Amino acid sequence: MAPNVLALLPEYILTITGVLVMLADPLFPDEKARKPLGWLAILGTVAAGLASWYQLRFGVLHAFYGTIQVDSFSVFFHLLIAAVALVTLLSSLDYFEGHANVAGEYFALVLFGATGMMLMTCSVELLMVFVGLEISSISTYIMAGFRKGKAPASEASIKYFLLGSFATAFFLYGIALAFGATGSTRIDAIAQGLATTSAPTLAFLSLALIIIGIGFKVSAAPFQVWTPDVYQGAPAPVVGLMSTAPKAAAFAVLLRILFSGFPAYEHRWAALIWIIAALSMFVGNLGALMQRDVKRMLAYSSIAHAGYLLVAYTAFPADGIASACFYTAAYAAMNVGAFTAITIIGGYNERARTIDDYAGLALKRPALAAALGLFLISLIGIPFTGGFFGKFYVFSAALHSGNVWLAVIGLLNSGIACFYYLRLLAALYAKPAQQNEHATYSPVTVPAAIALTFTAVATVLLGIAPNRILGLAQRSASVTTNQSSPLQPSAGTVSSTGTH
Amino acid sequence: MQLALFIIFGLLAVAGAVNFLLQRHPINSALSLVVVMMSLAVLYWSLGAEFLAAAQVIVYSGAIMVLFVFVVMLLNAGEEERTHGSRAAYIAGFPGAAAIFCLLSFVFLTNGKAFGSTDLTSHLTHAVNNIAEISQVLFKDLLLPFEVTSILILVAILGAVVLARKEQ
Repeated sequence: MAPNVLALLPEYILTITGVLVMLADPLFPDEKARKPLGWLAILGTVAAGLASWYQLRFGVLHAFYGTIQVDSFSVFFHLLIAAVALVTLLSSLDYFEGHANVAGEYFALVLFGATGMMLMTCSVELLMVFVGLEISSISTYIMAGFRKGKAPASEASIKYFLLGSFATAFFLYGIALAFGATGSTRIDAIAQGLATTSAPTLAFLSLALIIIGIGFKVSAAPFQVWTPDVYQGAPAPVVGLMSTAPKAAAFAVLLRILFSGFPAYEHRWAALIWIIAALSMFVGNLGALMQRDVKRMLAYSSIAHAGYLLVAYTAFPADGIASACFYTAAYAAMNVGAFTAITIIGGYNERARTIDDYAGLALKRPALAAALGLFLISLIGIPFTGGFFGKFYVFSAALHSGNVWLAVIGLLNSGIACFYYLRLLAALYAKPAQQNEHATYSPVTVPAAIALTFTAVATVLLGIAPNRILGLAQRSASVTTNQSSPLQPSAGTVSSTGTH
Repeated sequence: MQLALFIIFGLLAVAGAVNFLLQRHPINSALSLVVVMMSLAVLYWSLGAEFLAAAQVIVYSGAIMVLFVFVVMLLNAGEEERTHGSRAAYIAGFPGAAAIFCLLSFVFLTNGKAFGSTDLTSHLTHAVNNIAEISQVLFKDLLLPFEVTSILILVAILGAVVLARKEQ
């Protein structure tokens, strides 16, 4: 296979499937459900995941004049994005209820969005990253407003679009300044250009603008204001997708830019990330404490998790990158799982909104309540779940690098977080409130059950046997750091923390 | 010569932008936007970016402005009705904007040296001319972003279809 084909195989598969879905959509009668298109999209996503796995055996692949670099780092995130897209598609197959005849565009948008995210993670050229970021963002803006005729949905879409475009402008301006300071927009060339640049302040300014742009995308404080409103108004399966996959891609981009592009400025950006991480944890957790709406609560929780994840960035590169990759995977599994459960419980018309609406769920739907409970336990970070090991690796990486205070802040915040997760967990197993006694829940369909089982198994496996994913994460970390600066201190690997 | 061009067209661009905000009729606003775009094109040209100047004229002054004017005509938009807006914006807006402007100018004027200066001509040494260099970048080094932009546009079209759809 030609290198240009092989290196972008998953993206090609997703794009072609997306176009097929678009072309096949008008062939259906107007009022007919578009479920077969959903299955086609699922097939394409699985094929893209397998193609990504297949790329792993070729080591590092370069394509398109060095714009694309496929290595174990990108494959790790490709698999993650494909898995999230798969779960989203499975849980949305029966989501649309009476509106299933318009779902064709939705399935195509999920596929195109995943293409953009994958391009972001395998690109070493900032302009390519920018185009990928725009593809993924624009698809999510549209999907956020997919429930037409509902005011919160329109609000979510418009707000997300305006603030998101604003953030992308920051990112683009950062790229332009990086080009001005170093003469290139290619990440490795930027690292070389930094050594000889005559405008170091300009270079740092460019990095700061890039961090602001990505901070918006991953909803880190103080760039988080859009998150609660957008998550509340967007359809639940879309929130599951956009709270994990685009964030994972943005975190991957940030890892590459910081550790391969700007390692020379580590002492300066580490301070910025420190502040953003601490602020995100506090804003997220304290904000979540005050929410009664479950989707808003999980929005604040996702801000807090972005904070935990950023803690890893302040650690030594080898430790930090591996633990950040692992945390992204664990967070994706449990968060997408939680939103799958919410999708099934609430349905298209969001029958369950506040915590009170979830009261007594365990009596009527014990399996569903148990699954949601598992995800909440993992989000708290209780042992034998993926969330526990994620936090464990991140905080121990921070401690190893001497970042004691940030680790302390993180642990403190994990304590605060217990309150609001447990409040929902307690509601699930409490006696149903008066008005809830006759609440009806739609039956759990087979695809949704598969999605729920898949995420639950992933969450548990990451908690019982984290070594396999951690091994993959460490392989990714080695790819990202080996081309960088002489400034790096020799760092122990995460495995030295006694997990094997 | 260049300074004279900069002063004339820089002032023209600012004047056009101010007029754009002050005009109450959308057509007048749209036309003053044309002035802004054209002045910017001249500024680009005076900086030696002929291609960018041409693209600015064709894309912005041509395509996008025609679209604006068409939309204004189709909607038959009349004179703007002013709302009073928020009181806080009136009171804090001008002093706030002035303060930020002063702060930024102060920082840039006093610390201008710290930002350093860059010279990008060294990257253009192999260039036969401007256009040849741009096509090298666009169709070789950055071929993939250029091609992938088509997916971006496809997604935008899909979005327009979704937004324009009627809910049954």
